[in-house]
Amino acid sequence: MITRSVGPNRRRNDRIWNAVAWVVMLALALPAFWIIMTAFRPNSEVNTFPPVWIPQRLTLEAYANMFGLNPEVQQRVAVEAYLRNSLLASGISTIVAVSLGTLAGYAFARFRFRFHTGLFLGIMLSRAVPGVALSLPLFLLFNRAGLVNNVLGLALVYIAVNIPFTAWLMDGFFRQIPQELTESAYIDGCGYWSAFWRIELPLSLPGLATAAIFAFLAAWNEFQIVSVLARNNAAKTFPPGLFAFTEQFTVDWRGMAAMSVIMMVPAVIFVILVQRNLVSGLTFGAVKG
Amino acid sequence: MTINRAGKTQGEAPQPAPRSNRLEAGTFPYMLILPSIAVILLVVGFPLLYSLYVSFTPYELLRPNSLNFTLGKALRNYEKLLNDAIFWRSLGNTIIFLAVSVNLSYLLSLALSQLLARVTVGQGILRTLLMVPMMFAPILVGMQFRWFFNASVGLVNNFLYSLGLIQAQGQIAWLVDVPLGMFSIIVASVWMNIPVLTIILLAGTLSLPAETFEAAEVDGASGWQKFRFITFPLLAPFSYIALTIMSLDIARAFDIVRIMTDGGPAHRTEMLWTYITRLSIENTKFGLGSAMSWVTVSLSVLFTLYFFRQLVKARIVR
Repeated sequence: MITRSVGPNRRRNDRIWNAVAWVVMLALALPAFWIIMTAFRPNSEVNTFPPVWIPQRLTLEAYANMFGLNPEVQQRVAVEAYLRNSLLASGISTIVAVSLGTLAGYAFARFRFRFHTGLFLGIMLSRAVPGVALSLPLFLLFNRAGLVNNVLGLALVYIAVNIPFTAWLMDGFFRQIPQELTESAYIDGCGYWSAFWRIELPLSLPGLATAAIFAFLAAWNEFQIVSVLARNNAAKTFPPGLFAFTEQFTVDWRGMAAMSVIMMVPAVIFVILVQRNLVSGLTFGAVKG
Repeated sequence: MTINRAGKTQGEAPQPAPRSNRLEAGTFPYMLILPSIAVILLVVGFPLLYSLYVSFTPYELLRPNSLNFTLGKALRNYEKLLNDAIFWRSLGNTIIFLAVSVNLSYLLSLALSQLLARVTVGQGILRTLLMVPMMFAPILVGMQFRWFFNASVGLVNNFLYSLGLIQAQGQIAWLVDVPLGMFSIIVASVWMNIPVLTIILLAGTLSLPAETFEAAEVDGASGWQKFRFITFPLLAPFSYIALTIMSLDIARAFDIVRIMTDGGPAHRTEMLWTYITRLSIENTKFGLGSAMSWVTVSLSVLFTLYFFRQLVKARIVR
């Protein structure tokens, strides 16, 4: 019975599995490569029929247009404004959300208190509220408060949106840290806060980094809320900015592809940074209760 | 300082830490949570209550004094929705879309994770390739597939043309015809969902104890039997965490629908989210839109609650 699975049969099977896996994975990644390639092709190759599959030449035209060579494109597509607003809204919200969410996650991981499960569930459920449902009342309220078309207003919303996932991730990370260290710190007369600040927080820095990246990307990619709360370029971020390439009957696909590549930069950095830790980060809370 | 430690006394042999190991610390944990709760109440809780109020009024943005509450007419928006065929259609479309998309994403990811677990050549590269769709914001996924499925300049039709399967430019209207529109959106969302699901399921598969499989092999279990009776049940906690993450992110699908078809043409791919936007932002009927938002919020919360309960059940210790 055992020998059956080690012979040449097994080796042939392995070869088939490998081949299938490679074909499937290349197919999965293909659309992304197509977008990136399109960003660097001349328009004449992108919009022709019959299609040109293999690029004849590469060009930075799309970027030159976006950043000033073509005043018509630049006037319509305010890349600099999108970049500034995206960085501000994502940056501010990440810093605040990760700070607050880490505190909450620590409380859930380390302490027993009344309403522990209820509060945890409540925080997590706030994240289940679809952005589109939230965007309507936020628009009405922000309109009165003068926060529509305001990057800080947007950042405030993203803080609230990012806290639940941060708290959830950090709860998992803190539970992985052995408690003996903290307990001996308590015995040495350390208070709760200084035990957290001086011992547990430094140990959780890798988790903190993962949480920060997730929060940043969530804000960077958010569309539903910003599309309602940002009516002009004072607060528009990249996602609603993409629509600047669409006109009534035509779409500048290459321009869109070019801006998509800019939008992908933080995510690419993220994948490179957390590739190894991603799984452990996401599944910490799952199995180790 | 006194420390109350539950279930653990000095000098006890080290045990695998149970969750009851948590400390009691008076008001300290509440102070840690308070800022988070405050922000969430301010930005999510209060606006939602306000939207509940608006949903009981006939509010239209361009008629400011229509924001008034009359007891007898409070449920009028909800009545209107119940009698609105497009609302039911969008609800049906949303359910079909989510059911197909979630199940298909999960099944494909499960298959892919088993495939990747067996790979012996180029594991590192394949796992990097797996992460490629994660670099795309949902709005980018939608934009990309809107272009790929575009009838006249899209990749899919161009490809079919080059293969000789269709004869003319723009022969198949992917985003317009029934049921191709729904199909195209589902393809896009599955593409977006696969990486995270697969990564979690793959991690789960690789963490399973090898001895169990060796024992099964000695007993003569077939590949399918090993999957069905060992891998799949042992993966349950990982499946639930994967599905929870997906259920939390389910609203990302809105971006895809919004940019690919925007619910059109003629409400063919209308979903709850696109219809809310249409009613309130485009038609400025905020009262009606808020009523529909509340229907959507309730459904989302029930959906998430269900998954959380399953997740808690699946946890070994909680």
